[in-house]
Amino acid sequence: MNGTVALFLAQDGIINGSVYALLGVTLVLLFAVTRVIFVPQGEFVAWGALTMAALQAGHPPGTAWLLIGLGGAAAMIEIGRDRHTLTLGRICRILAFDVALPVGLLGLVYWLAPLELGAIVNVPLTIALIMPMGPMIYRIAFQPLADATVLVLFIAAIGVHFAMVGLGLVVFGAEGFRTTPLLEATIPVGPMMVKAQSLAVVGVAAGLLAALYVFFERTLLGKALRATAVNRLGARLVGIPVRSTGRLAFAMAALIGALSGILIGPLTTMSYDTGFLIGLKGFVAAIIGGLASYPITVLAALAVGLFESYSAFFASAFKEVIVFSIVIPVLLLRSIAGGRHDDEQA
Amino acid sequence: MQRRFILIGVIAALALAPLVPGIPDFWIVLANYIGLASLVAIGLVLLTGVGGMTSFGQAAFVGFGAYTTAVLTTKFGFSPWETLPFALLTTGMIALLIGLVTIRLSGHYLPLGTIAWGISFFYLFGNIEWLGRYDGIGGIPAFQVGSFVLTDARASYYLVWLAVLIAIVLSENLLDSRMGRAIRALRDGSVAAESFGVDTARAKLVVFVYAALLAGVSGWLYAHVLRSVSPSPFGLNAGVEYLLMAVLGGSGYVLGGVLGAAIVTVLRDQLQDILPKLLGTGGSFETIVFGILMVAILQLAPEGLWPLLARWFPGRGARSIPGEASPLRDHPKPNQGEPLLTVTRARKQFGGLVAVNDVSFAVKAGEIVGLIGPNGAGKSTTFNLVTGVLASSSGEISYRQQRIEDLPSRDIAGRGIARTFQHVKLVPSMTLLENVAIGAHIRTRPGVLASMLRFDRAREAQLLAEAARQIERVGLADHMDKPAGSLALGQQRVAEIARALCLDPALLLLDEPAAGLRFGEKQQLAALLQQLKQDGMSILLVEHDMDFVMSVTSHLIVLDFGTKIAEGPPDQISVDPAVVEAYLGGVE
Repeated sequence: MNGTVALFLAQDGIINGSVYALLGVTLVLLFAVTRVIFVPQGEFVAWGALTMAALQAGHPPGTAWLLIGLGGAAAMIEIGRDRHTLTLGRICRILAFDVALPVGLLGLVYWLAPLELGAIVNVPLTIALIMPMGPMIYRIAFQPLADATVLVLFIAAIGVHFAMVGLGLVVFGAEGFRTTPLLEATIPVGPMMVKAQSLAVVGVAAGLLAALYVFFERTLLGKALRATAVNRLGARLVGIPVRSTGRLAFAMAALIGALSGILIGPLTTMSYDTGFLIGLKGFVAAIIGGLASYPITVLAALAVGLFESYSAFFASAFKEVIVFSIVIPVLLLRSIAGGRHDDEQA
Repeated sequence: MQRRFILIGVIAALALAPLVPGIPDFWIVLANYIGLASLVAIGLVLLTGVGGMTSFGQAAFVGFGAYTTAVLTTKFGFSPWETLPFALLTTGMIALLIGLVTIRLSGHYLPLGTIAWGISFFYLFGNIEWLGRYDGIGGIPAFQVGSFVLTDARASYYLVWLAVLIAIVLSENLLDSRMGRAIRALRDGSVAAESFGVDTARAKLVVFVYAALLAGVSGWLYAHVLRSVSPSPFGLNAGVEYLLMAVLGGSGYVLGGVLGAAIVTVLRDQLQDILPKLLGTGGSFETIVFGILMVAILQLAPEGLWPLLARWFPGRGARSIPGEASPLRDHPKPNQGEPLLTVTRARKQFGGLVAVNDVSFAVKAGEIVGLIGPNGAGKSTTFNLVTGVLASSSGEISYRQQRIEDLPSRDIAGRGIARTFQHVKLVPSMTLLENVAIGAHIRTRPGVLASMLRFDRAREAQLLAEAARQIERVGLADHMDKPAGSLALGQQRVAEIARALCLDPALLLLDEPAAGLRFGEKQQLAALLQQLKQDGMSILLVEHDMDFVMSVTSHLIVLDFGTKIAEGPPDQISVDPAVVEAYLGGVE
């Protein structure tokens, strides 16, 4: 391996690492606010990339139909469960968010997709299609289990992952896609040419992480989310609606997932089941961060990205084995460092 | 009786099914798959439903069992029967290794770790040359009995279901034993169990390795029934399907595992047939249904589907208590008046908060000492320091002239200190008798294997007889076979005393035993404490009911804001100005 190859691998690692960082941070956020270990986060990434690919090819993406289905299911479940306490205003809100919005987007997609208007339209459309899925999934799968243990929520998350992968296969097919880059230019950095798209990935990831920092440190809503994370009961007592913080957290997760998909779509081939492995690498980072620390998660994600790209070079067949085996020493360290009665707080 | 007939009927129907002419081969093959999956699901039931842990990686253990026997029979000429110990050894060693790494961690790290190894092992199996990479290993010999080769599905059927039957019996035996009670207590936290000498980490490891071994056996059978192995049935998706079986069937019931395995296996077969036709393309669309089913079951029937069937089958009924079991061995008791517990400048800080501030006191053998003070005075924290539930920041605690402040709570229990908890810590789903029997956990040591094979019955009888004796002693004999969660709160507190007595302690720490008791019950409790004192027991008591405290104790220690403010006989304490001020506030 010479210097150029090493640099090239480092570049690869940092780009993938920034996406893992976004996912890892999202997972920490979701776990803190809702106690859900959200395994399917990677599916949002895959759906984001595949939606983008469909729009670029000029046909309406299957995500629009998925959104209709999810919205319908969420509305039916919520109206069915709360049928005795429903107010007219609430029914209107549910219908607006779960039925009108998805139907509107479906119409928009069928109108705009064939026109092939480019990234200016495709990016917002992709985000608009995927972001509402976060809260819908939360309402369908997790809100009824809000008082269950972390373990039960985790098992439910695995169920959601299973369903999402299957649905992805139905609407996108088994084929893999690579989207056209948003930025075509290449920029010389030292001895190598770096794609502008790659720089955009790192830049946008850094920007998002900074925005998250400001959101949590400087805004009332962000502080409310943090308060929920620290103590759900306490947050409820001071008037923070814990349910809507859960929805907000899931909306943010879906947004970040879709953005990551848009960013990484031109750099790797995505198919309906690629998201899982990407998401899991975010998980490796989140675990290293103890599912609690944002900065450690970001650093760990970059490390995972680098580790992966170098092990792909040296032992490409065992790449996944090596990456996922990192968690074992990490767990070992945590197990040695952990004090007495660790599980009583779980 | 009728229930027993149903059980026998089901077993007979299962035994005769392959002999009925006209039953299609395909059904028998499906039944074999159900049996193979049941073995794994039963292990997961013990791990998840009973032990409160979860694994998505059980399929990898199946893979270890299958690959071990595949390599040994095809490359080294072993016969299928000879490889069983090796398959168990490989699976067991790997499970032990993984268990040691992850099991001490809090709840969610274990399942996260299982996902990681589930994926790693899949790629590992698929990339190793001598394991045939993704093509796997073919041409594995079938089982052979004498000169009869079990190539036919109908022949394998009996072998597979015999294994399932053995697994069911061993698992039920394990749950109904000393170690089984420890495993069943795991879900409700480890503090109480550890305070009675249960090594909870070891209990977790036992159930984890046991579940892995069942998966390993399933893999061993799989290899010789299907005659070839490849990585894909041992990947993460298979692991999730196994978990779905356990959750669907009823994660707290051994037979629920079999039910879940049957439903999922049949459903998968049907869905793989129907869905691609419906959608017009091929693909594993059954995951959609499985995923939705998983979430729906967790939301709508968290106990799974087995409870719906359970009333048709014999369950664990009331236990007969053997009357003439020989009593358990007692600890040697200290002499009356000998110094028993000495606390010297004990201190506990939580960050900046000093919960216990250099408190010193002593308890002599045969004394009832009261520890009183307003709420937040540090009484329960002091209890936790003495019993090792919390580690003290500084100071010395000695019991019978030996330092104990650095010992974990289960070693302190082993020395003869038993306690109750301010917030009752019984296992609600276990009967009162079983709960109380946990108290005697360390007084006898039948092993796991002995329990599974029922060689523990004499010692188990001793243990249950002791538990029954203590329950009678505290006056709850009528409730012996009721689930502990169904008792009134006051009764649960008294049940905790019975459990503590089961340890055969020399020192008993009672944290608010009279709270929630009615007047008559309090009088009974006071009489019980006096009786215990006469038998030579020493008691340290936290209590808010002053009449009760004054009537039973001979010495009082008063704490306020973590500091000892007074100490002496009850009549003196009740007029102590500092105490009166702490309780009622001073005159400004």
